[in-house]
Amino acid sequence: MEIVMAFVCGFLFMAAIYLILSKSLLRIIIGTGLLSHGAHLLILTMGSFKGSAPPVLSDGVTDYVDPLPQALILTAIVISFGVTAFFLVLAYRAYQEIKTDDMTLMKGSEDNE
Amino acid sequence: MKTNDVIMQFTAKIVFFIIFFYAVHIFFAGHYTPGGGFVGGLVTASAIVLLIIAFDLKTVQSILPINYIYLVACGLIISLGTAAFSMFVDKPFFTHFFDYFNLPILGKTSLHTAALFDLGVYLVVVGVTMTIIQTIGEDE
Amino acid sequence: MFQVFCIFIPILAALFMPFFFKKVRSIHTGWFVLIVPVFLVTFYATYVPIIVDGDSVISELDWIPSLGISFVSYLDGLSLLFSILISGIGALVVLYSIFYLNRTKEQLHNFYIYLLMFMSAMLGVVQSDNTITLYLFWELTSISSFLLIGYWYNRDKSRFGALKSMMITVAGGMLMLGGFVLLSIMGDTFSIRELISQAPELATNDLFLVALVLILLGAFTKSAQFPFYIWLPDAMEAPTPVSAYLHSATMVKAGIYLVARFTPIFAQSEVWIWLVAGIGLLTLFWGSFFAVKQTDLKGILAFSTVSQLGLIMSLLGVGAISYHVNGAEDTVFKYAAFAAIFHLINHATFKGSLFMIAGIVDHETGTRDIRKLGGLMGLMPISFTIALIGSFSMAGLPPFNGFLSKEMFFKAILSITQFDLFNFSTWSILFPIIAWIASVFTFIYSFYFVFRTFTGKLKVDQLPKKPHEAPMGMLISPLILAALVITIFFIPNLVADTFVKPAVMAIQPYLYSSPEEVNIHITAWHGIHSPELWMTVGVIILGLLMFLCLSKWQKMYNAFPAKLTLNHLYDFIIYDLCDQWIGRFSALYMTGSIRRYLSFMLSSMAIIVIGTLFIKDGFKISFEEASTIHVYQIILIIVLVIGTITTVFAKSRITSIVALGAVGYTVSLFFVVFNAPDLALTQLVIETISVALFLLAFYHLPKLKKEEERTRFRFSRAFVSVAVGAMVTLVALSAHSQKFIPSIAEYYKETVYSLAGGGNIVNVILVDYRGFDTLFEITVLGIAGMAIYGMIKLRLSRKEKNYENK
Repeated sequence: MEIVMAFVCGFLFMAAIYLILSKSLLRIIIGTGLLSHGAHLLILTMGSFKGSAPPVLSDGVTDYVDPLPQALILTAIVISFGVTAFFLVLAYRAYQEIKTDDMTLMKGSEDNE
Repeated sequence: MKTNDVIMQFTAKIVFFIIFFYAVHIFFAGHYTPGGGFVGGLVTASAIVLLIIAFDLKTVQSILPINYIYLVACGLIISLGTAAFSMFVDKPFFTHFFDYFNLPILGKTSLHTAALFDLGVYLVVVGVTMTIIQTIGEDE
Repeated sequence: MFQVFCIFIPILAALFMPFFFKKVRSIHTGWFVLIVPVFLVTFYATYVPIIVDGDSVISELDWIPSLGISFVSYLDGLSLLFSILISGIGALVVLYSIFYLNRTKEQLHNFYIYLLMFMSAMLGVVQSDNTITLYLFWELTSISSFLLIGYWYNRDKSRFGALKSMMITVAGGMLMLGGFVLLSIMGDTFSIRELISQAPELATNDLFLVALVLILLGAFTKSAQFPFYIWLPDAMEAPTPVSAYLHSATMVKAGIYLVARFTPIFAQSEVWIWLVAGIGLLTLFWGSFFAVKQTDLKGILAFSTVSQLGLIMSLLGVGAISYHVNGAEDTVFKYAAFAAIFHLINHATFKGSLFMIAGIVDHETGTRDIRKLGGLMGLMPISFTIALIGSFSMAGLPPFNGFLSKEMFFKAILSITQFDLFNFSTWSILFPIIAWIASVFTFIYSFYFVFRTFTGKLKVDQLPKKPHEAPMGMLISPLILAALVITIFFIPNLVADTFVKPAVMAIQPYLYSSPEEVNIHITAWHGIHSPELWMTVGVIILGLLMFLCLSKWQKMYNAFPAKLTLNHLYDFIIYDLCDQWIGRFSALYMTGSIRRYLSFMLSSMAIIVIGTLFIKDGFKISFEEASTIHVYQIILIIVLVIGTITTVFAKSRITSIVALGAVGYTVSLFFVVFNAPDLALTQLVIETISVALFLLAFYHLPKLKKEEERTRFRFSRAFVSVAVGAMVTLVALSAHSQKFIPSIAEYYKETVYSLAGGGNIVNVILVDYRGFDTLFEITVLGIAGMAIYGMIKLRLSRKEKNYENK
């Protein structure tokens, strides 16, 4: 399963980067969303899926999965939510002010740098 | 947008409390079973979002007159305060304390300073989520 | 404990200044500030009786005990003297500033916050026994000096001067830190006292010389020694109270302090003696020589400060000779260190008063240009008297304290001719000669300063303001200092017993074990045959002659080519080299297209990682460890892939967002499959809220345009994304297939109940084991929330404001 998941992560990253490199702010933000999904799955995959029980203590179970990647991902999920929301508002405000969501047009010209 | 769906509003009121109590439950249960401050906060926020959908922003604000920015600040202070507390009893920063008590009605209960820290997390998550939704929603 | 807390009193008081400034507008904020240095000076005065007996007091506050770093307040003769100077002069300067800075026009809270911050930092520098905290406070003085010089930040010259002083002093501070680290490696401690106690062993270490030079560089940059002095004249753009305080009385003496403090360790080295004495003497000459060239009142004082600092520095260097002479406490070599400390006190008094007078002249006439000034004597009689006292003391005339320390300086410099180690016998005759010439110039610029300003013809038409005497409040501080200048002349031995001897003992612990052993008595009259008397007489005669025909030879300064100055070198390095050349080079690849930058970064990352994987033979793939695949997992993967493809190629924004949501929900189902209930729960809720948010925000955004791009660029885009995807896959495979280190999860599993009293390991990691992460995470989250709030709400209020303006 880990082998397959490695390819899935790679695929998610690929799609995310493709979107991030586009001109439209909207696509870029969607790309960052995909990127964080890919990163979360990557962390989980690298930690391996061994263990048969969730990392919650219960009687008679010793075969827990590794809790550390999960803790890291939990933090990452919430942070990525905050960052995505921030990007969204940034794009929204930028669009309100300069009426475009095209990265190349946003750059500005030589004299108003 | 003013909605006037009576059935929707009635259900939302009930469901809001169900979701809210569920959120409180998973918040407290977090130390032993899945849950905790993050999820608890998010579920609470989604309960409020449900209310906003059923009624509208202004009504919800008059029902819950909370300044969410202050909520974020309170949460941060609580968390930082819990973490810093241990310094005053000569323990390294972020040492938690816990013990088991026999409380009336509840029976044997463990009281844990980590729960206080988690409360801070809970407040920050609710505060930030609601700040975001409210500010975007209010903007015309 | 209270003693170490006292270091922080000013910076804590600074917290309240904005409040006082905003709420109590009718009272000048300076009156509240004044309480702090007055309290401190009384507090430190209570230590004098203890220190006079040769004892020291120590008070400690742990900061990072595991690294041996703590805040220490170590008060011995040297640090107490500096502490009293800092708080005493500080009090006078604050009093002066109350009348100097206008209550209604200036940003007083900024000014006093910086000033109080500096006070704390400076007290920290002189009291710290721990080199790391010493460095910390040292840099804080640089930063507060930067802020104070740039106080009038809308002036170009202020900003330039602030940046210059910061560049030079902070660079020196970094070098000094290097020296401290080397010392701590050699001596295995950060404590200066412990380092001093093992001084002989340190000297045998190979790194000893490197540490010595690095620490000296720190001291020289701070104390404006040649060739680093160039920042000090430019720092004169600061308000005059600041120049009087930081750039003459205290901060620039931090380097002197450092050299004095480390003398017991480094005096063993001849390099130390050569460098400190030589550079000091060179600075003394250079500063006094160029002071005569200046036309700005504060410029003259700045160069004179440079020169006087050089004098003190050279005395400390000569003082180190006593380490190499047997029974030095009874020979002429005993004078140098004593004279250094004595002159340090005297310099603080007369230079402080002169700076304040320069400020008064500037304040009351509107200019500091000495070519426009003249004849103010009749209009400003009190200021003239103070200036006269100050400059005569600076010139080394009786009956002022400068005379005493100047004579002692000659005596100490002459002693060097009797020293025959380290090749000194060949060169030593140069020392008194240079010192004497420098003193002649000192005499000239002192007279130049006072007589060109106050005597001669009054040129009222050239002055921006109609001159008159300053208000009494402004004159109090310089009057007190001028009174001290005269008092010290008449009771020098009281000052010596109280302050100088304990400090000398701290500098030369190898000579004295108690202050009484310092067998020096200051006298004004050394007898008709003493060489220093005739040196002074010579200075006066030649100085007077040269001053009288100053206009004849002052033009020769213009003969120095402007291209060869150190200032020109500095400008060249900072502005030509960095801004122009390097800027031109970086313009080659900084095209301004963010997407191109990102492509460069991502592709080089992919190349480096993949390259390393194969060159180091790091890539491995093993199927043994892998878990089995279930059918429903396959289904999830298919859904995920379809969702992703839809997201990428969707034509409308709504499809895109919904597809992204689908991907998110699938990911949360993956979490369920992989035994991560907490993650699944969180992801599920987050995804719901995110989709709502996306729809909310993009309600206003334009429709997705079909991207019209050239095929070549799309190809390169696809190429970069494939490369990154491949990199991730390879890394994931290798990481899975070879595990060198066992997971630390075992520790969590074992201790979660016993140590942390919890059952949900993930949650316990979040709130307990790795609580720091979570604390910072919610902080980041909070910042994101505030930023979003600010972006939308604050703009609205700005719009309203614009509306009001119309």
